[in-house]
Amino acid sequence: MVRFFNALGTPVLAFFQYLGELVLLAGDTFHSIFTHKLRWKLFLNQVVEIGLLSQLVVVITGAFTGAVFAAQTFFQFNKIGMGSATGAVVSVSICRELGPVLTALMVAGRVGAAMSAEIGTMKVTEQIDALRALAVYPTDYLVVPRALAMMVSMPLLVAECIAVGIAAGYFIAIFLLEINGTYYMANMVRWTRNRDIIMALSKAFCFGILIVFISCQKGLSAREGAVGVGRATTEAVVNSSLAVLICNFFLTMLLNIIYPAGYQ
Amino acid sequence: MIEAPPSQNLSTKPHVVRDNSSPMIAVRSVVKRIGQQEILRGVDLEVKTGETLVIIGRSGGGKSVLLKHLVGLMTPDAGEIWIDGHNIIGMNERQLGSIRKKIGILFQSGALFDSMTVEENIAFPLREAGEKDPKVLHTKVEEMLEVIEMEGQEDKMPESLSGGMKKRVGLARSIIRRPSCVLYDEPTSGLDPVVADSINRLIRRLQQRLGMTSVVVTHDMKSAFDVANHIAYLHEGRIYFYGTPTQLQQARDPILQDFLLGRSDGRGD
Repeated sequence: MVRFFNALGTPVLAFFQYLGELVLLAGDTFHSIFTHKLRWKLFLNQVVEIGLLSQLVVVITGAFTGAVFAAQTFFQFNKIGMGSATGAVVSVSICRELGPVLTALMVAGRVGAAMSAEIGTMKVTEQIDALRALAVYPTDYLVVPRALAMMVSMPLLVAECIAVGIAAGYFIAIFLLEINGTYYMANMVRWTRNRDIIMALSKAFCFGILIVFISCQKGLSAREGAVGVGRATTEAVVNSSLAVLICNFFLTMLLNIIYPAGYQ
Repeated sequence: MIEAPPSQNLSTKPHVVRDNSSPMIAVRSVVKRIGQQEILRGVDLEVKTGETLVIIGRSGGGKSVLLKHLVGLMTPDAGEIWIDGHNIIGMNERQLGSIRKKIGILFQSGALFDSMTVEENIAFPLREAGEKDPKVLHTKVEEMLEVIEMEGQEDKMPESLSGGMKKRVGLARSIIRRPSCVLYDEPTSGLDPVVADSINRLIRRLQQRLGMTSVVVTHDMKSAFDVANHIAYLHEGRIYFYGTPTQLQQARDPILQDFLLGRSDGRGD
Protein backbone atom coordinates (compact mmCIF):
# COMPACT_ATOMS: atom_id res chain seq x y z
CA MET A 1 0.00 0.00 0.00
CA VAL A 2 2.82 2.35 0.96
CA ARG A 3 4.58 1.47 -2.27
CA PHE A 4 1.38 2.24 -4.21
CA PHE A 5 1.04 5.69 -2.67
CA ASN A 6 4.74 6.28 -3.11
CA ALA A 7 4.50 5.38 -6.80
CA LEU A 8 1.47 7.63 -7.14
CA GLY A 9 2.83 10.49 -5.05
CA THR A 10 6.28 10.85 -6.60
CA PRO A 11 5.12 11.93 -10.08
CA VAL A 12 2.40 14.14 -8.59
CA LEU A 13 4.97 15.87 -6.39
CA ALA A 14 7.34 16.18 -9.35
CA PHE A 15 4.54 17.73 -11.40
CA PHE A 16 3.73 20.31 -8.75
CA GLN A 17 7.42 21.05 -8.27
CA TYR A 18 7.69 21.63 -12.02
CA LEU A 19 4.67 23.93 -11.97
CA GLY A 20 6.22 25.79 -9.04
CA GLU A 21 9.48 26.26 -10.95
CA LEU A 22 7.54 27.61 -13.94
CA VAL A 23 5.62 30.06 -11.78
CA LEU A 24 8.80 31.20 -10.03
CA LEU A 25 10.54 31.74 -13.36
CA ALA A 26 7.55 33.68 -14.67
CA GLY A 27 7.40 35.78 -11.49
CA ASP A 28 11.12 36.45 -11.63
CA THR A 29 10.88 37.42 -15.30
CA PHE A 30 7.98 39.84 -14.85
CA HIS A 31 9.72 41.35 -11.82
CA SER A 32 12.82 41.83 -13.94
CA ILE A 33 10.82 43.33 -16.84
CA PHE A 34 9.39 46.03 -14.59
CA THR A 35 12.45 46.73 -12.45
CA HIS A 36 15.52 46.26 -14.63
CA LYS A 37 16.87 47.77 -17.80
CA LEU A 38 16.01 45.92 -21.01
CA ARG A 39 18.86 44.75 -23.23
CA TRP A 40 17.43 46.14 -26.46
CA LYS A 41 19.89 44.40 -28.77
CA LEU A 42 19.07 40.98 -27.36
CA PHE A 43 15.36 41.79 -27.48
CA LEU A 44 15.51 42.81 -31.14
CA ASN A 45 17.59 39.73 -31.99
CA GLN A 46 14.88 37.60 -30.45
CA VAL A 47 12.14 39.46 -32.32
CA VAL A 48 13.98 38.56 -35.51
CA GLU A 49 14.46 34.96 -34.36
CA ILE A 50 10.90 34.42 -33.16
CA GLY A 51 8.90 36.79 -35.34
CA LEU A 52 10.69 37.30 -38.61
CA LEU A 53 12.18 33.85 -39.09
CA SER A 54 8.89 32.12 -38.28
CA GLN A 55 7.08 33.89 -41.13
CA LEU A 56 7.38 31.14 -43.71
CA VAL A 57 6.20 28.40 -41.38
CA VAL A 58 3.25 30.47 -40.19
CA VAL A 59 2.25 31.60 -43.67
CA ILE A 60 2.30 28.05 -45.04
CA THR A 61 0.38 26.76 -42.02
CA GLY A 62 -2.24 29.51 -42.33
CA ALA A 63 -2.61 29.19 -46.09
CA PHE A 64 -3.12 25.46 -46.29
CA THR A 65 -5.30 25.32 -43.18
CA GLY A 66 -7.56 28.06 -44.58
CA ALA A 67 -7.68 26.37 -47.97
CA VAL A 68 -8.53 22.89 -46.74
CA PHE A 69 -10.98 24.23 -44.18
CA ALA A 70 -12.82 26.23 -46.85
CA ALA A 71 -12.97 23.17 -49.11
CA GLN A 72 -14.25 20.82 -46.40
CA THR A 73 -16.80 23.33 -45.14
CA PHE A 74 -18.07 23.90 -48.67
CA PHE A 75 -18.37 20.14 -49.36
CA GLN A 76 -20.60 19.75 -46.30
CA PHE A 77 -22.55 23.00 -46.44
CA ASN A 78 -23.21 22.80 -50.16
CA LYS A 79 -25.30 19.67 -49.59
CA ILE A 80 -27.84 21.77 -47.71
CA GLY A 81 -27.53 24.78 -49.95
CA MET A 82 -25.42 26.86 -47.58
CA GLY A 83 -22.23 27.04 -49.63
CA SER A 84 -22.02 30.82 -49.32
CA ALA A 85 -21.78 30.48 -45.50
CA THR A 86 -18.35 28.93 -45.97
CA GLY A 87 -16.63 32.30 -45.62
CA ALA A 88 -18.19 32.99 -42.24
CA VAL A 89 -17.31 29.55 -40.87
CA VAL A 90 -13.73 29.70 -42.13
CA SER A 91 -13.17 33.22 -40.84
CA VAL A 92 -14.64 32.74 -37.36
CA SER A 93 -13.00 29.33 -36.86
CA ILE A 94 -9.59 30.52 -37.95
CA CYS A 95 -9.84 33.59 -35.75
CA ARG A 96 -11.09 31.88 -32.63
CA GLU A 97 -9.35 28.51 -32.74
CA LEU A 98 -7.28 27.37 -35.68
CA GLY A 99 -5.11 30.44 -36.14
CA PRO A 100 -3.90 30.80 -32.54
CA VAL A 101 -3.56 27.07 -31.87
CA LEU A 102 -1.79 26.08 -35.07
CA THR A 103 0.54 29.08 -34.93
CA ALA A 104 1.36 28.29 -31.31
CA LEU A 105 2.09 24.65 -32.15
CA MET A 106 4.36 25.68 -35.01
CA VAL A 107 6.15 28.26 -32.85
CA ALA A 108 6.53 25.73 -30.03
CA GLY A 109 8.20 23.36 -32.47
CA ARG A 110 10.41 25.91 -34.14
CA VAL A 111 11.20 28.53 -31.50
CA GLY A 112 10.55 26.63 -28.26
CA ALA A 113 12.91 23.86 -29.29
CA ALA A 114 15.61 26.35 -30.28
CA MET A 115 15.27 28.27 -27.01
CA SER A 116 15.46 25.17 -24.90
CA ALA A 117 18.41 23.75 -26.85
CA GLU A 118 20.35 27.03 -26.78
CA ILE A 119 19.83 27.70 -23.08
CA GLY A 120 20.34 24.00 -22.25
CA THR A 121 23.66 23.95 -24.11
CA MET A 122 24.73 27.09 -22.28
CA LYS A 123 23.80 25.40 -19.00
CA VAL A 124 25.76 22.19 -19.56
CA THR A 125 28.82 24.01 -20.94
CA GLU A 126 29.02 26.29 -17.87
CA GLN A 127 28.15 29.39 -19.92
CA ILE A 128 25.28 30.19 -17.57
CA ASP A 129 27.63 29.79 -14.60
CA ALA A 130 29.99 32.16 -16.44
CA LEU A 131 27.15 34.69 -16.79
CA ARG A 132 26.39 34.43 -13.08
CA ALA A 133 30.07 34.70 -12.18
CA LEU A 134 30.26 37.87 -14.29
CA ALA A 135 27.46 39.32 -12.15
CA VAL A 136 24.87 38.97 -14.93
CA TYR A 137 21.57 37.53 -13.76
CA PRO A 138 20.58 34.79 -16.25
CA THR A 139 16.88 35.66 -16.12
CA ASP A 140 17.65 39.25 -17.13
CA TYR A 141 19.98 38.21 -19.91
CA LEU A 142 18.35 35.08 -21.31
CA VAL A 143 14.68 34.94 -20.36
CA VAL A 144 13.50 38.56 -20.36
CA PRO A 145 14.45 39.36 -23.99
CA ARG A 146 12.91 36.08 -25.17
CA ALA A 147 9.72 36.57 -23.15
CA LEU A 148 9.19 40.13 -24.36
CA ALA A 149 9.99 39.21 -27.95
CA MET A 150 7.49 36.36 -27.74
CA MET A 151 4.80 38.63 -26.26
CA VAL A 152 5.29 41.03 -29.18
CA SER A 153 5.76 38.47 -31.94
CA MET A 154 3.09 35.88 -31.18
CA PRO A 155 0.05 38.17 -31.65
CA LEU A 156 1.56 39.43 -34.91
CA LEU A 157 2.26 35.91 -36.15
CA VAL A 158 -1.27 34.81 -35.27
CA ALA A 159 -2.72 37.85 -37.02
CA GLU A 160 -0.66 36.97 -40.06
CA CYS A 161 -1.75 33.33 -39.95
CA ILE A 162 -5.40 34.37 -39.73
CA ALA A 163 -5.11 36.86 -42.60
CA VAL A 164 -3.36 34.35 -44.84
CA GLY A 165 -5.82 31.59 -43.86
CA ILE A 166 -8.85 33.72 -44.66
CA ALA A 167 -7.31 34.88 -47.94
CA ALA A 168 -6.46 31.31 -48.95
CA GLY A 169 -10.00 30.18 -48.07
CA TYR A 170 -11.40 33.01 -50.17
CA PHE A 171 -9.33 32.11 -53.21
CA ILE A 172 -10.21 28.43 -52.96
CA ALA A 173 -13.89 29.23 -52.48
CA ILE A 174 -14.15 31.74 -55.29
CA PHE A 175 -11.79 30.36 -57.94
CA LEU A 176 -11.89 26.62 -57.29
CA LEU A 177 -15.26 25.94 -55.70
CA GLU A 178 -17.01 28.74 -57.59
CA ILE A 179 -18.94 30.16 -54.67
CA ASN A 180 -20.49 33.55 -55.27
CA GLY A 181 -17.91 36.02 -54.02
CA THR A 182 -20.37 38.70 -52.94
CA TYR A 183 -22.35 36.35 -50.71
CA TYR A 184 -19.16 34.79 -49.43
CA MET A 185 -17.74 38.17 -48.39
CA ALA A 186 -21.04 39.48 -47.06
CA ASN A 187 -21.50 36.45 -44.79
CA MET A 188 -17.89 36.55 -43.67
CA VAL A 189 -18.00 40.25 -42.74
CA ARG A 190 -21.40 39.87 -41.10
CA TRP A 191 -20.39 37.00 -38.82
CA THR A 192 -16.80 37.97 -38.06
CA ARG A 193 -16.62 40.55 -35.30
CA ASN A 194 -13.88 42.51 -33.59
CA ARG A 195 -14.26 40.26 -30.56
CA ASP A 196 -13.10 37.29 -32.66
CA ILE A 197 -9.90 39.15 -33.47
CA ILE A 198 -9.46 40.18 -29.82
CA MET A 199 -9.95 36.56 -28.78
CA ALA A 200 -7.32 35.41 -31.27
CA LEU A 201 -4.78 37.96 -30.09
CA SER A 202 -5.49 37.26 -26.43
CA LYS A 203 -4.92 33.57 -27.00
CA ALA A 204 -1.75 34.32 -28.96
CA PHE A 205 -0.37 36.35 -26.08
CA CYS A 206 -1.16 33.59 -23.54
CA PHE A 207 0.27 30.83 -25.74
CA GLY A 208 3.43 32.86 -26.30
CA ILE A 209 3.93 33.20 -22.57
CA LEU A 210 3.35 29.47 -22.05
CA ILE A 211 5.84 28.50 -24.76
CA VAL A 212 8.58 30.87 -23.65
CA PHE A 213 8.48 29.95 -19.96
CA ILE A 214 8.19 26.21 -20.55
CA SER A 215 11.06 26.27 -23.05
CA CYS A 216 13.35 28.51 -20.98
CA GLN A 217 12.67 26.53 -17.80
CA LYS A 218 13.53 23.28 -19.57
CA GLY A 219 16.75 24.81 -20.89
CA LEU A 220 17.75 26.24 -17.53
CA SER A 221 17.22 22.91 -15.80
CA ALA A 222 19.07 20.82 -18.43
CA ARG A 223 21.66 18.39 -17.06
CA GLU A 224 23.93 15.59 -18.15
CA GLY A 225 25.49 16.91 -21.34
CA ALA A 226 24.17 16.34 -24.83
CA VAL A 227 21.62 13.74 -23.72
CA GLY A 228 20.23 16.17 -21.17
CA VAL A 229 19.96 18.95 -23.73
CA GLY A 230 18.19 16.60 -26.16
CA ARG A 231 15.77 15.52 -23.45
CA ALA A 232 15.13 19.11 -22.39
CA THR A 233 14.42 20.13 -25.99
CA THR A 234 11.99 17.27 -26.57
CA GLU A 235 10.21 17.93 -23.27
CA ALA A 236 10.02 21.65 -24.05
CA VAL A 237 8.24 21.00 -27.36
CA VAL A 238 5.94 18.30 -25.98
CA ASN A 239 5.05 20.23 -22.82
CA SER A 240 4.54 23.50 -24.72
CA SER A 241 2.28 21.81 -27.27
CA LEU A 242 0.23 20.05 -24.59
CA ALA A 243 -0.02 23.23 -22.54
CA VAL A 244 -1.23 25.14 -25.60
CA LEU A 245 -3.92 22.55 -26.37
CA ILE A 246 -5.09 22.23 -22.76
CA CYS A 247 -5.07 25.96 -22.08
CA ASN A 248 -6.85 26.58 -25.37
CA PHE A 249 -9.90 24.75 -24.06
CA PHE A 250 -10.04 26.77 -20.85
CA LEU A 251 -9.30 30.02 -22.66
CA THR A 252 -12.07 29.28 -25.15
CA MET A 253 -14.56 28.68 -22.35
CA LEU A 254 -13.44 31.80 -20.48
CA LEU A 255 -13.19 34.11 -23.47
CA ASN A 256 -16.51 32.89 -24.83
CA ILE A 257 -18.13 34.36 -21.75
CA ILE A 258 -16.42 37.70 -22.33
CA TYR A 259 -16.62 37.66 -26.13
CA PRO A 260 -19.50 35.35 -27.10
CA ALA A 261 -19.43 33.94 -30.62
CA GLY A 262 -22.03 34.68 -33.25
CA TYR A 263 -23.97 37.62 -34.62
CA GLN A 264 -25.31 39.61 -31.68
CA MET B 1 63.32 14.02 -1.45
CA ILE B 2 60.37 15.07 0.62
CA GLU B 3 61.36 15.52 4.20
CA ALA B 4 59.49 16.00 7.45
CA PRO B 5 57.05 18.88 7.43
CA PRO B 6 56.57 21.12 10.43
CA SER B 7 54.08 19.13 12.47
CA GLN B 8 51.71 22.05 13.07
CA ASN B 9 50.92 22.24 9.36
CA LEU B 10 49.74 18.70 8.99
CA SER B 11 46.41 17.97 10.46
CA THR B 12 43.26 16.08 9.71
CA LYS B 13 41.37 18.77 11.60
CA PRO B 14 39.95 21.76 9.72
CA HIS B 15 42.65 24.34 9.27
CA VAL B 16 42.21 28.04 9.66
CA VAL B 17 44.96 30.53 8.96
CA ARG B 18 45.32 33.08 11.71
CA ASP B 19 47.02 36.21 10.62
CA ASN B 20 46.81 39.88 11.32
CA SER B 21 46.15 40.76 7.67
CA SER B 22 42.46 40.57 6.78
CA PRO B 23 41.48 37.60 4.64
CA MET B 24 39.97 38.22 1.21
CA ILE B 25 38.21 34.86 1.47
CA ALA B 26 37.28 32.92 4.59
CA VAL B 27 35.59 29.55 4.42
CA ARG B 28 34.20 28.26 7.70
CA SER B 29 33.04 24.68 8.32
CA VAL B 30 31.56 24.32 4.84
CA VAL B 31 29.64 21.12 4.22
CA LYS B 32 28.23 20.14 0.84
CA ARG B 33 26.36 17.03 -0.19
CA ILE B 34 25.52 16.21 -3.79
CA GLY B 35 22.98 13.42 -3.87
CA GLN B 36 24.05 10.85 -1.31
CA GLN B 37 27.70 11.83 -1.47
CA GLU B 38 29.23 14.23 1.02
CA ILE B 39 31.71 16.20 -1.07
CA LEU B 40 32.86 18.75 1.51
CA ARG B 41 32.86 17.69 5.16
CA GLY B 42 33.70 20.83 7.02
CA VAL B 43 36.21 22.84 5.04
CA ASP B 44 37.91 25.71 6.84
CA LEU B 45 40.25 27.93 4.87
CA GLU B 46 41.40 31.50 4.60
CA VAL B 47 42.99 33.32 1.70
CA LYS B 48 44.82 36.50 2.60
CA THR B 49 44.51 39.57 0.45
CA GLY B 50 47.12 39.59 -2.30
CA GLU B 51 48.29 36.01 -1.86
CA THR B 52 48.01 33.03 -4.18
CA LEU B 53 46.56 29.91 -2.62
CA VAL B 54 46.70 26.68 -4.58
CA ILE B 55 44.20 23.98 -3.72
CA ILE B 56 45.35 20.50 -4.71
CA GLY B 57 43.74 17.14 -4.25
CA ARG B 58 42.67 14.02 -6.07
CA SER B 59 40.16 14.07 -8.92
CA GLY B 60 36.58 14.15 -7.72
CA GLY B 61 37.74 15.35 -4.33
CA GLY B 62 35.62 18.51 -4.37
CA LYS B 63 38.18 21.15 -5.40
CA SER B 64 36.06 22.61 -8.18
CA VAL B 65 32.97 22.36 -5.97
CA LEU B 66 34.80 24.36 -3.29
CA LEU B 67 35.87 26.94 -5.88
CA LYS B 68 32.30 27.37 -7.11
CA HIS B 69 31.20 28.01 -3.52
CA LEU B 70 33.61 30.92 -3.31
CA VAL B 71 31.74 32.86 -5.98
CA GLY B 72 28.28 31.76 -4.91
CA LEU B 73 27.69 29.43 -7.87
CA MET B 74 26.96 26.68 -5.37
CA THR B 75 25.44 27.00 -1.92
CA PRO B 76 26.77 24.94 0.99
CA ASP B 77 24.50 22.80 3.15
CA ALA B 78 26.23 24.21 6.22
CA GLY B 79 28.97 26.68 7.04
CA GLU B 80 29.86 30.23 6.12
CA ILE B 81 31.76 31.85 3.28
CA TRP B 82 33.10 35.36 3.78
CA ILE B 83 34.26 37.37 0.79
CA ASP B 84 35.94 40.68 1.52
CA GLY B 85 34.12 40.93 4.83
CA HIS B 86 30.68 39.86 3.58
CA ASN B 87 29.06 36.56 4.42
CA ILE B 88 27.64 35.46 1.08
CA ILE B 89 25.50 32.66 2.50
CA GLY B 90 21.86 33.63 2.31
CA MET B 91 22.45 36.28 -0.36
CA ASN B 92 20.21 35.98 -3.41
CA GLU B 93 21.54 36.08 -6.96
CA ARG B 94 21.10 39.82 -7.32
CA GLN B 95 22.81 40.56 -4.00
CA LEU B 96 25.67 38.29 -5.02
CA GLY B 97 26.19 40.49 -8.09
CA SER B 98 28.11 43.13 -6.14
CA ILE B 99 30.38 40.44 -4.62
CA ARG B 100 30.94 38.78 -7.98
CA LYS B 101 32.13 42.04 -9.48
CA LYS B 102 35.13 41.76 -7.15
CA ILE B 103 35.91 38.21 -8.26
CA GLY B 104 36.89 36.78 -11.61
CA ILE B 105 36.71 33.07 -12.30
CA LEU B 106 38.41 31.02 -14.98
CA PHE B 107 36.39 27.90 -15.66
CA GLN B 108 38.05 24.60 -16.46
CA SER B 109 36.57 24.61 -19.97
CA GLY B 110 36.94 28.37 -20.44
CA ALA B 111 33.11 28.61 -20.60
CA LEU B 112 33.28 31.10 -23.46
CA PHE B 113 29.99 32.30 -24.91
CA ASP B 114 29.92 30.31 -28.13
CA SER B 115 27.71 32.77 -29.99
CA MET B 116 30.25 35.58 -29.53
CA THR B 117 33.65 36.30 -31.04
CA VAL B 118 36.80 36.42 -28.94
CA GLU B 119 36.52 40.22 -28.80
CA GLU B 120 32.88 40.12 -27.73
CA ASN B 121 33.67 37.53 -25.08
CA ILE B 122 36.50 39.56 -23.59
CA ALA B 123 34.56 42.83 -23.76
CA PHE B 124 31.44 41.26 -22.26
CA PRO B 125 32.06 42.21 -18.60
CA LEU B 126 32.86 45.81 -19.56
CA ARG B 127 29.80 46.10 -21.77
CA GLU B 128 27.64 44.72 -18.99
CA ALA B 129 29.21 47.23 -16.62
CA GLY B 130 27.91 50.00 -18.89
CA GLU B 131 30.85 50.75 -21.20
CA LYS B 132 29.35 51.48 -24.61
CA ASP B 133 32.16 53.23 -26.50
CA PRO B 134 33.38 50.75 -29.16
CA LYS B 135 36.80 52.41 -29.32
CA VAL B 136 37.38 52.07 -25.57
CA LEU B 137 36.16 48.48 -25.64
CA HIS B 138 38.37 47.61 -28.60
CA THR B 139 41.44 49.20 -27.01
CA LYS B 140 40.92 47.33 -23.77
CA VAL B 141 40.35 44.06 -25.59
CA GLU B 142 43.55 44.58 -27.56
CA GLU B 143 45.44 45.20 -24.32
CA MET B 144 44.08 41.97 -22.87
CA LEU B 145 44.92 40.04 -26.04
CA GLU B 146 48.47 41.27 -25.71
CA VAL B 147 48.58 40.14 -22.08
CA ILE B 148 47.40 36.63 -23.03
CA GLU B 149 49.64 36.59 -26.12
CA MET B 150 46.80 36.23 -28.61
CA GLU B 151 47.10 39.41 -30.65
CA GLY B 152 45.08 39.55 -33.87
CA GLN B 153 42.66 36.77 -32.89
CA GLU B 154 39.77 38.98 -31.83
CA ASP B 155 37.46 38.01 -34.70
CA LYS B 156 37.69 34.26 -34.15
CA MET B 157 34.78 32.28 -32.79
CA PRO B 158 35.40 30.05 -29.74
CA GLU B 159 34.81 26.88 -31.79
CA SER B 160 37.90 27.63 -33.84
CA LEU B 161 40.17 28.03 -30.81
CA SER B 162 42.30 25.34 -29.20
CA GLY B 163 41.77 24.37 -25.56
CA GLY B 164 44.66 26.52 -24.41
CA MET B 165 43.44 29.53 -26.36
CA LYS B 166 39.95 29.15 -24.90
CA LYS B 167 41.43 29.16 -21.42
CA ARG B 168 43.46 32.25 -22.14
CA VAL B 169 40.44 34.07 -23.57
CA GLY B 170 38.45 32.96 -20.52
CA LEU B 171 41.20 34.34 -18.34
CA ALA B 172 41.22 37.64 -20.23
CA ARG B 173 37.45 37.88 -19.80
CA SER B 174 37.71 37.23 -16.08
CA ILE B 175 40.39 39.83 -15.42
CA ILE B 176 39.43 42.64 -17.81
CA ARG B 177 37.36 44.31 -15.10
CA ARG B 178 40.41 44.16 -12.77
CA PRO B 179 38.76 42.16 -9.99
CA SER B 180 40.49 42.04 -6.64
CA CYS B 181 40.45 38.25 -6.66
CA VAL B 182 40.66 35.62 -9.41
CA LEU B 183 39.70 31.98 -9.05
CA TYR B 184 41.31 29.53 -11.48
CA ASP B 185 39.83 26.08 -12.06
CA GLU B 186 42.54 23.85 -13.52
CA PRO B 187 44.18 26.67 -15.51
CA THR B 188 46.88 24.46 -17.02
CA SER B 189 45.11 21.12 -17.51
CA GLY B 190 45.28 19.83 -21.05
CA LEU B 191 47.82 22.45 -22.12
CA ASP B 192 51.29 21.87 -23.49
CA PRO B 193 54.12 22.79 -21.08
CA VAL B 194 54.95 26.03 -22.88
CA VAL B 195 51.39 27.37 -22.80
CA ALA B 196 51.00 26.10 -19.22
CA ASP B 197 54.09 28.03 -18.25
CA SER B 198 52.76 31.18 -19.91
CA ILE B 199 49.55 30.84 -17.86
CA ASN B 200 51.60 30.39 -14.68
CA ARG B 201 53.63 33.49 -15.52
CA LEU B 202 50.42 35.39 -16.10
CA ILE B 203 49.02 34.35 -12.72
CA ARG B 204 52.25 35.46 -11.02
CA ARG B 205 52.25 38.73 -12.95
CA LEU B 206 48.69 39.53 -11.93
CA GLN B 207 49.59 38.94 -8.32
CA GLN B 208 52.81 40.95 -8.42
CA ARG B 209 51.72 43.88 -10.59
CA LEU B 210 48.06 44.25 -9.68
CA GLY B 211 48.09 42.68 -6.22
CA MET B 212 45.28 40.31 -7.15
CA THR B 213 44.37 37.58 -4.72
CA SER B 214 44.31 34.22 -6.47
CA VAL B 215 42.91 30.82 -5.69
CA VAL B 216 44.12 28.13 -8.07
CA VAL B 217 42.68 24.63 -8.22
CA THR B 218 45.05 22.27 -9.97
CA HIS B 219 46.52 18.80 -10.25
CA ASP B 220 49.61 20.18 -11.92
CA MET B 221 52.25 20.19 -9.18
CA LYS B 222 54.73 22.17 -11.28
CA SER B 223 52.13 24.87 -11.68
CA ALA B 224 51.28 24.70 -7.96
CA PHE B 225 54.90 25.17 -6.91
CA ASP B 226 55.37 27.91 -9.53
CA VAL B 227 52.55 30.17 -8.40
CA ALA B 228 51.64 29.35 -4.80
CA ASN B 229 52.29 31.33 -1.67
CA HIS B 230 50.37 28.66 0.20
CA ILE B 231 49.09 25.25 -0.77
CA ALA B 232 46.06 23.49 0.68
CA TYR B 233 45.54 19.75 0.13
CA LEU B 234 41.89 18.77 0.06
CA HIS B 235 41.46 15.17 1.12
CA GLU B 236 38.20 13.35 1.86
CA GLY B 237 36.26 16.59 2.02
CA ARG B 238 38.57 18.40 4.44
CA ILE B 239 41.73 20.50 4.27
CA TYR B 240 44.30 17.86 5.14
CA PHE B 241 47.35 20.05 4.71
CA TYR B 242 47.94 23.77 4.61
CA GLY B 243 51.39 25.26 4.25
CA THR B 244 53.97 26.79 2.00
CA PRO B 245 55.25 24.96 -1.09
CA THR B 246 58.51 24.25 0.76
CA GLN B 247 56.63 22.73 3.69
CA LEU B 248 54.66 20.55 1.30
CA GLN B 249 57.82 19.37 -0.41
CA GLN B 250 59.23 18.44 2.98
CA ALA B 251 56.12 16.60 4.10
CA ARG B 252 56.63 12.93 4.99
CA ASP B 253 52.97 12.09 5.37
CA PRO B 254 52.24 9.03 3.20
CA ILE B 255 49.02 10.50 1.75
CA LEU B 256 50.82 13.65 0.67
CA GLN B 257 53.80 11.70 -0.62
CA ASP B 258 51.52 9.43 -2.67
CA PHE B 259 49.94 12.49 -4.23
CA LEU B 260 53.17 14.35 -4.86
CA LEU B 261 54.90 11.34 -6.34
CA GLY B 262 51.84 10.22 -8.26
CA ARG B 263 51.68 6.80 -6.55
CA SER B 264 48.46 4.84 -6.55
CA ASP B 265 47.66 2.64 -3.57
CA GLY B 266 47.56 -0.45 -5.74
CA ARG B 267 43.80 -0.47 -6.20
CA GLY B 268 44.27 -0.46 -9.92
CA ASP B 269 46.26 -3.72 -9.86
